[in-house]
Amino acid sequence: MLDFSINTVTLLYLVASVCFIQALKGLSHPTTSIRGNIFGMVGMLIATISTFGLIGNMANVLRTESLLSGIILVALGIALGGAIGATMAKKVEMTKMPELVAFMHSMVGLAAVFIAIAAVIEPHALNITEKGMQIPAGNRLELFLGAAIGAITFSGSVIAFGKLSGKYKFRLFQGAPIVFSGQHFINLIVGLSIIGLGVIFTLTENWAAFFLLLALSFIVGVLIIIPIGGADMPVVVSMLNSYSGWAAAGIGFSLGNSMLIVAGSLVGSSGAILSYIMCKAMNRAFLSVILGGFGGETDLAQSSGESKPIKTGSADDAAFMLGNADSVIIVPGYGLAVARAQHALKELTDKLIEKGIQVRYAIHPVAGRMPGHMNVLLAEAEVPYDQVFEMEDINSEFNQTDVVLVLGANDVVNPAAKTPGSPIFGMPILEVFKAQSVIVNKRSMASGYAGLDNELFYMESTMMVFGDAKKIIEEIGKASED
Amino acid sequence: MEAINPTVMNLIIFVLAIYVGYHVVWNVTPALHTPLMAVTNAISAIIIVGAMMAGALTETTMGQLMGFLAITLASVNVFGGFLVTRRMLEMFKKKEKK
Repeated sequence: MLDFSINTVTLLYLVASVCFIQALKGLSHPTTSIRGNIFGMVGMLIATISTFGLIGNMANVLRTESLLSGIILVALGIALGGAIGATMAKKVEMTKMPELVAFMHSMVGLAAVFIAIAAVIEPHALNITEKGMQIPAGNRLELFLGAAIGAITFSGSVIAFGKLSGKYKFRLFQGAPIVFSGQHFINLIVGLSIIGLGVIFTLTENWAAFFLLLALSFIVGVLIIIPIGGADMPVVVSMLNSYSGWAAAGIGFSLGNSMLIVAGSLVGSSGAILSYIMCKAMNRAFLSVILGGFGGETDLAQSSGESKPIKTGSADDAAFMLGNADSVIIVPGYGLAVARAQHALKELTDKLIEKGIQVRYAIHPVAGRMPGHMNVLLAEAEVPYDQVFEMEDINSEFNQTDVVLVLGANDVVNPAAKTPGSPIFGMPILEVFKAQSVIVNKRSMASGYAGLDNELFYMESTMMVFGDAKKIIEEIGKASED
Repeated sequence: MEAINPTVMNLIIFVLAIYVGYHVVWNVTPALHTPLMAVTNAISAIIIVGAMMAGALTETTMGQLMGFLAITLASVNVFGGFLVTRRMLEMFKKKEKK
């Protein structure tokens, strides 16, 4: 059995931490990202091997009788979990990435809870105390925090998973927010009870309080996610990402393990930054996202009442316009992902590029259901990443562009964001309305998540093409061949 | 002179790690935010370190069960997270050759 001294283990943990930082750093550019990911795997390998060494060391000190069966248990768990994880990673469709990520957040959360319970039952096994000693108050505080954050992460992520997948009938898993009177008051009471029980546990080592606060944390995780609507999902996923990191860091504090603290904090700050970026891209205050109640998938009747004239066209008309253009910008939205039209789109753009037309893609930060989702979908369809532009980089280009093709996007191209008094005023948008002509593909005139009418659709230069994104794109592609 | 309380040391590590994370993550290109989330999923599964200790060193059935479950859940993330990140990043790479 491996037997590393505590100093060796801690130094190896330092090496693993540096590897994890390298893994994140690699993601600053696609060319360095794969090497970064290898760093991450190596870091994890170093961390697990050192932990085996630490276990060997501690087993000698503790005279653990059941070490062999324990090691077998560890190996079994890794093999079982690893097989499940590897299969999921291989099978998952790219449109389903948000669900996978939410699922994984819940895994971390629940694991944190299990470790906290194990620590409460046998603190000496986790190096918290000498055998037979009571857990010190400081460690009890850290255990309480780690377990509570873990439980909230778990149940919150389960709800987020349900909302993202959208295929479960269960009401809590529906995209539409669940709001009821006194909601925030109830959340506040439950939240304060958790803190109160945590304080009792810290001061008196009352186990009933610990398990009660754990149960309440599971409940509050559900309560805080159900009022948040489908449109705010990118924020929720990022926020739970952050929580899962803090849960790991919290457990790290209670076990006095620097490895967990470093890795947990890296993840925690990463998720926090992503939440911030998402909120900013939607011009929403973080607090109001958390309080929820916004962003149900509504098909409200047009707010203005009377029907304004729109210009509609067929796929052939669209192909004609695209074929005569010199420059085209494509704005993909979530509708594109739902219709799984990214491959058809890639074929269409290849035809346009063959004709010598300049084609670029414009991505709004909240396009898709999680940060960067649309980029991955385009990458899957083998769209070169140098054709794909972020909002800030391409907004100045729209007024020099002949045709903009908007596919299943709505709020992110709504010029109402420039009008003071509009509910989405101030939200950064893709300035599609500045282009020479605009082709918008949607399934119907239904409004977007914000429930707003979109002026863009009524503009003189806009042509609406109604229908399923994939079907329309394929038709445009066919028409472009002649 | 009295020794520094380990919790204080941990707090120092915690704050510095957040600082590093903050600066590194702001440099991540928005195009790779989804892979970033997948890889942070794998990294937060570092919690497996605690789970392994719980699984190998506890002697009660309850402790071992908790440890085993935690190891399994964390392993799902370790393998799933890194592999799905790799799969996504390969997609970004392929097109460079063209």
